[in-house]
Amino acid sequence: MRKDQNLGEYLRTQGVSRRGFLKFCSATASLMALPPSAVAQVAEALASARRPSVIWLSFQECTGCTESLTRSHAPTVESLIFDAISLDYHHTLQVASGEGAEEARHAAMEENDGEYLLVVDGSIPLGNPGYSTIAGISNLDMLKDTAKGAAAVIAVGTCAAFGGIPQAFPNPTGAVSVSDIITDKPIINVSGCPPIPVVITGVLAHFLTFGTIPELDHLGRPTAFFGQTIHDRCYRRPFYERGQFAHTFDDEGARKGWCLYELGCKGPTSYNACATVKWNEGTSFPIGSGHGCLGCSEPGFWDHGSFYKPISAGLWGSKETLLGAAAAGAALGIGSAMAARARKKKAIKESEADSS
Amino acid sequence: MSALDSIAVQAEYETGNVVPLLHEIRHALERLLNGEDGAVIDMRSLPLAPGEEKRIEDALGKGEVHADLDALGPTTILETSYPGVWLITHRNTEGEVIGRFIEVTRFPSILESQPEDIRTGLTALGNRLAEDSA
Repeated sequence: MRKDQNLGEYLRTQGVSRRGFLKFCSATASLMALPPSAVAQVAEALASARRPSVIWLSFQECTGCTESLTRSHAPTVESLIFDAISLDYHHTLQVASGEGAEEARHAAMEENDGEYLLVVDGSIPLGNPGYSTIAGISNLDMLKDTAKGAAAVIAVGTCAAFGGIPQAFPNPTGAVSVSDIITDKPIINVSGCPPIPVVITGVLAHFLTFGTIPELDHLGRPTAFFGQTIHDRCYRRPFYERGQFAHTFDDEGARKGWCLYELGCKGPTSYNACATVKWNEGTSFPIGSGHGCLGCSEPGFWDHGSFYKPISAGLWGSKETLLGAAAAGAALGIGSAMAARARKKKAIKESEADSS
Repeated sequence: MSALDSIAVQAEYETGNVVPLLHEIRHALERLLNGEDGAVIDMRSLPLAPGEEKRIEDALGKGEVHADLDALGPTTILETSYPGVWLITHRNTEGEVIGRFIEVTRFPSILESQPEDIRTGLTALGNRLAEDSA
């Protein structure tokens, strides 16, 4: 797609009929969790949408977020959305490396100053700049430098959104989230470990369609996808209401598909779209496969005690766990949100002291 | 029979959303008949248990019209056994479902020829006739 073309013109040059375009818009509206009545509005906005420049930075991450996206149903909607953006830098996917790659990033930043979209996956280590670098540049410096001219930042995955697994106790690298560093730009947190691919493309499609960021919850997540808990939308909820629970993974309740709450399901406290959007082209999601939700889209999910104990056992670990850990001289399993926040603050302070 | 088939799983899944959905469709049909707008229901937005989507399909049944569309992958448009209720399934070029809607309308708009496409077709027809007469 040429930079001077809008999406409508581009699709017509690709032989896509108006009817095909309307089909694309129906799927895109569904992707953005918009009501079907919004299709006409989406069609009008998308037809005249210009191609935004996107710079994607990967920091302390496992590449699961990129894998999630690139292995999603490849053709049509997602690929058209990707054709409709100019992905100018993504060090995992691009051919260029080293100085050539960094030149491409700087060229995209200069050419699209104030207008490009910055996507980040992975957390940022503040403990030592050498823990994670790209082309010899620390993650912290690269993030600050690239965010300056961005129109908005999308923090993809729980690591970028909230610190994620790198930040899990004892947070050896001093990992923090994007929003701990960048405070003067709109930030959209698309959490999940990994996030649902259509949620990532849904957010990109929203920006492409309306040129704005979607409505966000108190944790900076798009309410269209994170507005309700897994539990709210779970097909096993009627069993919860009736008090029918599986107690082991092979008991009668498990075989009958009863609620997994007592097996540690974090659905009631986890906000995400897995129960409706599902995974693998809408095939299923963890609860559909007989395993409780881990709550991977929530801050500090790795430190919220056992995945296999019910929420009622305490999100921050039972008293016995706390006492046991204290007695052992280790805080294994405590990992409360407050403690995580304190560690984060300490890491930020230390980093600021180092750079001053 | 595979080893998986021998596992005695007795699914009792039911969200209870099937019957309310049918009521929603009934109300939309009444509105349509009274000259008001019908409705479009995005199946992706509904929490459905395994097997419930099939139960909805079975409950709606098949009517007189079945149309296939080939635009960015196949789309099937079925009028259900309840006239005015259409089941529309969009697939991508790999055959994966990218959208599924129940539309309560006299005629699904996706089937209408679009002015932009008519214009392109008119130009193509004009060019062909010009070539033929040259």
